[in-house]
Amino acid sequence: MNAKHKPRIATASLAGCFGCHMSILDLDERILKLAELVEFDCSPINDRKKLTGHCEIGLIEGGCCNEENVQVLEEFRKHCDVLIALGDCALNGGIPAMRNHVPVRECLEEAYLKAPGVWNPGGILPNDPEIPLLLNRVYPCQEVVKIDYFIPGCPPPADAIWDALVALLNGQPVKLAYERLKYD
Amino acid sequence: MATITFTIDGKPVSGQPGQSILKAAQAAGIYIPRLCAFKDLIPHGSCRICSVRVNGRIQAACVQTISDGMVVENDTPEILEFRKAILDMLFVEGNHYCMFCEKSGLCELQALAYRFGITAPQFPLLNPNRPIDLSHPDVYLDHNRCILCGRCVRVSQELDNKNVFQFVGRGYQKRLQVNGEALAATGLRVADRVTASCPVGALMKKRVGYAVPVGERPFDHQPISAEWHAKQEA
Repeated sequence: MNAKHKPRIATASLAGCFGCHMSILDLDERILKLAELVEFDCSPINDRKKLTGHCEIGLIEGGCCNEENVQVLEEFRKHCDVLIALGDCALNGGIPAMRNHVPVRECLEEAYLKAPGVWNPGGILPNDPEIPLLLNRVYPCQEVVKIDYFIPGCPPPADAIWDALVALLNGQPVKLAYERLKYD
Repeated sequence: MATITFTIDGKPVSGQPGQSILKAAQAAGIYIPRLCAFKDLIPHGSCRICSVRVNGRIQAACVQTISDGMVVENDTPEILEFRKAILDMLFVEGNHYCMFCEKSGLCELQALAYRFGITAPQFPLLNPNRPIDLSHPDVYLDHNRCILCGRCVRVSQELDNKNVFQFVGRGYQKRLQVNGEALAATGLRVADRVTASCPVGALMKKRVGYAVPVGERPFDHQPISAEWHAKQEA
C-alpha cells in the first residue's frame, strides 16, 4: 500500500439485513476520513454493483442463502487480498440460518402455499430463472471460502469496524479489543 | 487440618485436604474457567472447560482433588486452545442466536467466548431441530440453547429436592427431559433455586428479559473472572 496508490475497499451484503452496512455508516464523520484514505470499489455505499478488479480489503455482510450469494462471495475472494466476514450472519448464518433445520421445500411451501393470507391459486413456487436458487441451508462465509478476519456482532459496533480498517491500512493484523467483541 | 501445597503455573497455592483444584484456585484468586460447576453442588466434571494439565495429564479441575507437590498447568497456550475447542463445539452443537437471546450479556457461555477472544466458529454448524417448552406460566425451557451442563438436573435434585430435570439418550443423542408431559406438568415453581441456575439462556424466568440495559450488563466491559465467580458464590 504505497503513498500513490489508494487502497481499494469493496463491501457486499449477502443474506443479511444491511444492518452491518448501517454500522459502517455509523462511523459518522470518520467515514470522510475513510474516503480520503481509500477508494471504494463496488459497495452499497456508492451503489456500484460489480467488482471492477483487485481490492486490498473486502467486507462481507450476511451468509450464503442462495447461489448468487456464493458467486458474489467467490468473486470477492478472488479479488480481495483480505476478506472480512462482517457480522453474525456472515460468520454463523444468523437469523436466516433459523431455517436450516427445515427442508427447503417445506420452507417454500410454508411461505408460498400454506401461510395465512397467501393467495396463490396456481400453487406455484418461485421458479423464475431470474431468481437465484435457494441453497439447501444457509452457510456461513467461512464454510464457502477462506475468510481472513471475523468481526462478530448484530451489528458489529462501528468502532470495531474502524479499529479493523485502521489496523489493516497500517499493515497490522486485526485484533479486536475486549469491548469491541460482541455477539449481539 | 494439614495444609496441602501445590503449584498452578509455577505459583505456590495452598489448600485443604479433599479440596478440588478449582476450589483451591478460586480461594487463591486464580481464575479457572468453568460452566457446569455451581455453588453448593457436588462437582459434575461434565463440561470440561475447567480442564487443566495435572502432573502432565489433562484433568477436570472441579473433580480432581489437590495433593502435595502437584504441578498444575492452567493459563498456558495449549490449555487455552483446548478450552476454545470445547467452547466452539458447545456453540456449533446448539442454536445460539445471541442477537435475540434474553441472556445475552449475562450468559456464561458467551462470557467465556468473549474472554477467549473467539470471533467465529471453527467447526461446521449443526443447526439441530430442537423444541422450546413454553407451557409453564413463569418459566420456559429453550432446548436450542441448552449445553447439557447438568446444572438444572443437579440443582433440582440436590438443592430443591425435586428431580424436575434428567438427561435421556447418550452421546450425540443426549438431551434434557422434564419429569412430565411438559414443564407445566412438573413440580417446578418459579421460586425454586433451579430457575436461577442456568449458565445460558435455556432455562429462563418469563417476563424479566432485557431488564439490564446494554452497556450495564456484567460482561459488557469486564471479562468473566475469579472475582465475578466469588461475588456469585458469596
